Amino acid sequence: MSKEWPLWEIFIRSQHGLAHKHVGSLHAPDSEMAIKNARDVYTRRNEGVSIWATRSTDIVASSPNAGESLFEPSNDKVYRHPTFFPMPDEVKHL
Amino acid sequence: MYAQMVDTGVARVASSTEMDPDERAFQARVDADIRIEPKDWMPDAYRKTLIRQIQQHAHSEIVGMLPEGNWITRAPTLQRKAILMAKVQDEGGHGLYLYAAAETLGVSRDQLVADLHAGKVKYSSIFNYPTLTWADIGTIGWLVDGAAIMNQIPICRCSYGPYARAMVRICKEESFHQRQGYDIMMTLCRGSDEQKAMAQDALNRWWWPSLMMFGPPDADSVHSAQSARWKIKLLSNDELRQRFIDQTVPQADFLGLRMPDPDLKWNDERGHYDIGKIDWSEFYNVLKGNGPCNRERLAARVSAWEEGAWVRAAAIAYAEKAALRNEPAGAQRRPNDDQRTPKNAVEAKSPGR
Repeated sequence: MSKEWPLWEIFIRSQHGLAHKHVGSLHAPDSEMAIKNARDVYTRRNEGVSIWATRSTDIVASSPNAGESLFEPSNDKVYRHPTFFPMPDEVKHL
Repeated sequence: MYAQMVDTGVARVASSTEMDPDERAFQARVDADIRIEPKDWMPDAYRKTLIRQIQQHAHSEIVGMLPEGNWITRAPTLQRKAILMAKVQDEGGHGLYLYAAAETLGVSRDQLVADLHAGKVKYSSIFNYPTLTWADIGTIGWLVDGAAIMNQIPICRCSYGPYARAMVRICKEESFHQRQGYDIMMTLCRGSDEQKAMAQDALNRWWWPSLMMFGPPDADSVHSAQSARWKIKLLSNDELRQRFIDQTVPQADFLGLRMPDPDLKWNDERGHYDIGKIDWSEFYNVLKGNGPCNRERLAARVSAWEEGAWVRAAAIAYAEKAALRNEPAGAQRRPNDDQRTPKNAVEAKSPGR
């Protein structure tokens, strides 16, 4: 039984100056083939001008169970949003 | 559909009082339209059903390349050939997105492919019919891809995140397929009498199998009820089939073609088209392996896999050797990014470098 090609995660930057965005995964034996396969699979319709590929096993992720303790602290800090501070209509440019 | 008659492994749909706390919390998330992601807890039956459904769907995309690939060398013009190659390449991509979605559930793609080749998993019944003339390529794009879109648009909202996201990509690409098919049909129907007869002949052969793609009526099916509860099936087979019929009949009228169904007529009261009886014995027979092309399709897949084995093995052997030599095997590879081999070990093995 032959070895399965490792899994890679693919990120594409589109033409409009946005950051690279995760688009999906693919199998490839090495980084060169990962980029080539990503070109064929994820940019067939001019979706991007730059490709990042990283081995899926190298991705470190937050645990879904840690969701509350991880993100809860920002819930009670609404003053971080500009809309927290009402401004009088006659004051401009704020 | 591309995934037909998916078994959920449940005997009946459990009520919320029968569920344990994990299951109840899971169902509450699904009910609240919160997407389930790979690392989230999920019931075993949900995971298994999704693997079955997504892999059937993926296999259908890959096997679906065969009937159309059959006409690439004989497309009537260079432009039609280029378009058909692009379409078949898309189908390969769709298979890849779906295999990747299935892999997030903890199965390997090689295992899924092995299951297909061993006959343990099905692909859509529709791909067991032959493509006899060029008009079949038009009809497949128009009807088969049209039916696929009808089925896949609701799945873009399904409960499992990776499956839903794969489906969004697929739906975006699929509408090109349907239009290129209808474009072929329009050209044929505006052509000579022989060309129009060819279009009618293809429609006659593909209409009923296309309607069967949606699967048998499932209003009373426990598996459909469970899949609906999990939001991995959002509309019943008959609802989807009816929508497809209602949208397709006027398209045939425009082409000046007749559906091969003497009982087809508009029902003013229902606001839908009525159709004649579907021959479900044909559907079950094709599923059992007795369609016109079942053996040929599977044999083609198996031989492609086996004849490509040395390429896959060579590519991985090359990558491993390159990593050992600490040579960049690809674009902008950082030195020493192979986790399995510490830097000093690499240097020790290649003293000449």
